[in-house]
This record gives sequence, structure tokens and C-alpha cells, in this order.
Amino acid sequence: MTKYLLRLYITGNSIRSQRAIANLFRICREELSDQYKVEIIDVLEQPHLAEAEKILVTPTLIKQLPPPLQRLIGDLSNKDKVLLGLDMILKDKKKIKEP
Amino acid sequence: MNQYQDYELECIEKLETWIPGFDFLSEGGLPKGRATLVAGTAGSSKTVFACQFLTEGIKRGENGVFVTFEEPPKAIRRNMGGFGWNIKKWEEERKWAFVDASPQPGDQPMVSGDYDLGALIARIEFAIRKYKAKRVSMDSLGAIFSHLEDSAQVRSDLFRLASALREMEVTTIMTAERTQEYGDISRYGVEEFVADNVVILRNVLSDEKRRRTIEILKYRGTDHQKGEYPFTIIPKKGVVIIPLSAIELEQKSSNIRITSGSNELDRMCGGGFFRDSIILVSGATGTGKTLMVTEFMAGGVENGERCLIFAFEESREQLFRNAIGWGVDFKQMEKDGKLKVVCRYPETTGLENHLINMKEMIEEFKPNRVAVDSLSALERVSNLKGFREFIIGLTSFIKQQEIGGLFTSTTPTLLGGSSITEAHISTITDSIILLRYVEMYGEMRRGITVLKMRGSMHDKDIREFSIDAKGMHIAKPFRNVTGILAGNPMYNAQNEVERLSGLFDQEI
Repeated sequence: MTKYLLRLYITGNSIRSQRAIANLFRICREELSDQYKVEIIDVLEQPHLAEAEKILVTPTLIKQLPPPLQRLIGDLSNKDKVLLGLDMILKDKKKIKEP
Repeated sequence: MNQYQDYELECIEKLETWIPGFDFLSEGGLPKGRATLVAGTAGSSKTVFACQFLTEGIKRGENGVFVTFEEPPKAIRRNMGGFGWNIKKWEEERKWAFVDASPQPGDQPMVSGDYDLGALIARIEFAIRKYKAKRVSMDSLGAIFSHLEDSAQVRSDLFRLASALREMEVTTIMTAERTQEYGDISRYGVEEFVADNVVILRNVLSDEKRRRTIEILKYRGTDHQKGEYPFTIIPKKGVVIIPLSAIELEQKSSNIRITSGSNELDRMCGGGFFRDSIILVSGATGTGKTLMVTEFMAGGVENGERCLIFAFEESREQLFRNAIGWGVDFKQMEKDGKLKVVCRYPETTGLENHLINMKEMIEEFKPNRVAVDSLSALERVSNLKGFREFIIGLTSFIKQQEIGGLFTSTTPTLLGGSSITEAHISTITDSIILLRYVEMYGEMRRGITVLKMRGSMHDKDIREFSIDAKGMHIAKPFRNVTGILAGNPMYNAQNEVERLSGLFDQEI
């Protein structure tokens, strides 16, 4: 089951895009175990999707699910901020309690 | 670099904007395929200018993309409706596309790491390709700097965007805020990296009145008119620039004489006014300026000409009643379609708008004669500079239309004197007629003289005239009075006059 639906908007094959993808997958693996689905959208190939979401900068990460919708910009190199932006801090704490 | 050299060697083509007056100012329009920065303070109508650039293009078959960083598209559609621009309809017809980069409601997105404006650039490129746009407006750049913290990144991205637009060969207008009317070109120094060309819109407060001007500051590699030009915003039209000092002295002039409406005055002028001339009638209040206008009109109508009066001092009823008092029936003339009387209170709108309204009226009615009564009334609704520009604009327009114009101007003092109006207009006018009070033995009499008449001999006397139910009657010259024009008449004894006359052996 996928609990998190994340969309990452990037521009082509740039270093910044690569870095954002790598950072996102690393954070997801570390924090969300299997409960996530990531869609990567290249705005150079699908500019109409960027238009529809009114994406201004890349990389932009949108947390589609669970609500509320959250937007995060940057190459996701600051993990704490990513977690804060995606409201994952709570889960993080739970995780610590669990064992 | 070879490529760069080739690029520079090519002559810069210009794209006609069709914004009234701008193509004249810019000597052909905006440099084609380049970006032009339009900078201005708040309320200097940057957005209107940016929209109009697209709408004028769309009206002539060039599609446009509007990138908005500030107002949401919904607000722009509504705000521009007042100019008669149906953006919604154009969007449906796929002629106008919005790229909405305005701030979205809700929280600012959180930032984690570096980012760039790649998505925006991709969206703009996509819209341009999809709509085959030739014109792009971006309004306004400063707003992105306030959305995004990393200004260094934004700068380099805007630079990238500008070069991408150049590559796509679209002509672009980018707007940017200014903080002062006279100071830095724009906030954040946008001009340094985006544009080869800079146009500045100003909205200056002077003498408690707003005055809009436009100036082309920089036009890399191509010519343009220099300095500030007034412009105005008109409902249903948008920005209208009034190119003043650029008006060339090209008017034709003819030797055809037209009657002033008074035989005696025609005689003083050596046979009447020239057809394409501007005549200034100057006099104190009550000297008979409006009478001269009335006779000028009546003379025209009698010859089957079309006449137009702009009255800024009196109402229609007053004018009509006065004309009847001098034996001229304006009402009948209007009924016959030979005359049009336009009465406006000067304070109703700014001088620029008056000028444009008057031009429209002249174009519509196509008169042979135009009278303005009086210019001095218009003086009070503007500052000096604006007033001078108005007069230059009006006179040159009238001359280009090859019609005769008669303006009146009120002098501030009863005896002698001159007015600001005269100081500004005297070199522009072809003829000047002075009406003056002459105080003689406890009585006010009226004097008339033709001070100047270009290209013609004229009477140099100061003649006495009287007004009765049939109009103006010009009589003999004042022979025993001197100093009328200076405002302090002196009487010479009769024998002194005779002695002087004898000296020169002249017939009176």
C-alpha cells in the first residue's frame, strides 16, 4: 500500500535535477520504507503539466497525498527541511518510539 | 566571435507596436526579436502598456503571451475590460495565452537547497510555441524577486530567459518597478541583465496634478526620439502618446486667403487671413475676442465652409445668445450642419485628454475653420510645460489638416500687457491680432492692431473699433495717442499731431 504520493518536477538532465532525484529517493527509503510512490515530471518534456500546477521553479516537490497538499522547492539537500515540509516529523518520532 | 559580429552587423529591424504615438517615438517600433524593459513607478501604467502591446498585435494577427508575476490573470482580464480588450475571447480564439506566475494563495513553499526558474522558462517557451506567439509581455519582473529569496539565482535565470526569448525571435516587453521618478532605472537593477532597450514611464506630480510621460532611455544600436513625451490613458483606447517636439515643420502653406468675417479687418490684413494659418487674438476681458470668433465663424459659414468652435469659457446658451446680439444665428448654422459648437469646462479632464478629444473632434467633423475660445482658460488646468506642449500639439495638428485656426487669449491686465499664452504661442502663430482698451478723456475705447502677419503686408495702425448689433466696426487709427500697447496711453495735443503729420507728408 502506498501512503505517500509525491511528485517531483525537474528540468531535464541537469545536475540539480539529478541531485534532487537522488536526495528524494534516499529520504523516502530512509523515512517512508515502502509506503510511497514518486512521480517524476520533466517540465521540458511535459510543460503543460507544469503549467497546470503553476510550477515556477525546479526542482519542485509536491506532496499530493496524504493531504494537505504541500510544496517544497530546491534540490532537497536539506533533509530536515524536507521532512518538515512534508509533515513527516511526526512519523519520524513515532518510528523512534516503536522499537 | 564570428557569430556575434554577424549579429551586430545586421541592421536592427523594428516591430511596429501600433501603440498610438510609440512607433513615432521609437522611429519604427520595438527592436524585433529583442527584449525591452519598461520601467516605471507604481501607477505609471506599466501593465496597461504591456497588455496593449499584445492587444495591438492580436488585432493585426500576431499572437501574444502574457506572463504575469503580480496580478492573477483573472484580475487582468477584468482590469483591461475597460479599454475594450476582451482578453477572454482572445484566449478562447487561441490568440492570447497567460502564463500565470502570480503568487498562489497559501503558504510560501518551503525551501530546501538550490533551485532555478527552469520550470518557468519551459512554460514560457511552451506557450510561445503552442500559440506561435510573436509578442511576449512580462509583468513585472520585480515581483519574482519578492517571491524567491535567492536573487543571484533569479538574476542568472532571467538572463537565461532573455537569451532564450531572443533565440525564439519573439519581441518582448518586460516591466519593472522603480522607486523614484528620477533615480535608479529599476529596483533590483533588472535592466543590467535583461534588456538592450529601456523605456521609462513616469507619473510625476507637479502643481498638484499628475502628468504622465514616456521616455526612451536606451535603444541599443538604433535611433529613437529623445526626451520625455506626455501620454495619457484613455478609456477604450489605452495608452496614447502625444509626440510633440517631434512634430516637423512640414505643413503646406497656401496663398489662398480666407475672410476674417469682417471686411475692414480683411483690409487690415492685406486681403484676409491665409487659409492654413493660426491666428492669435489677444485682448483683455471684454475687448471683443469672442466677437471675433463669432465673425470668423460666420464668415466661414457664409462661404460654405465648415466651422468648429471649442468654447472653454462660455456655455452654448451664452454663446448663442451673444452671437444673436451681433446678428449671427449659430443655431441655424448648426442645423444646416455647417457649424459645430463644443463647450467644455476646462477642469473636466487633463490637458492631454482635451488635446486628444479635440483632435478626434476635428478628424470627425472635418472643419475648414477651427476656433478656440479661449486658450487662457485651459492654462489653469495644467502646469506651464504641459500647457506649452498642448499648444504645440494643437497648432501643429491644425496646420497639418490644412485648416485655419483662430485662438483667443486673455491678457491679465486691462491696459496693455501680455499673457503666458502669448509668450508660448507667439512664435507658433502666423498672425497676431491685438485688441486693447484705450482710455481717453474718461472713456474706454477699443483699439485693434495687426501685430504680425506672416507672408503678407498688413496695416500697422492701431485703429479704433466699436461694437454694435451688427458686429465689429473698425474705424480710423488713433493718431493723437501713443503708448497704447505699453498700457499707458499719452495724448498729444492736436497741433503736435499735425506737425508730425506734416513732417512725413502722409495721408490719413
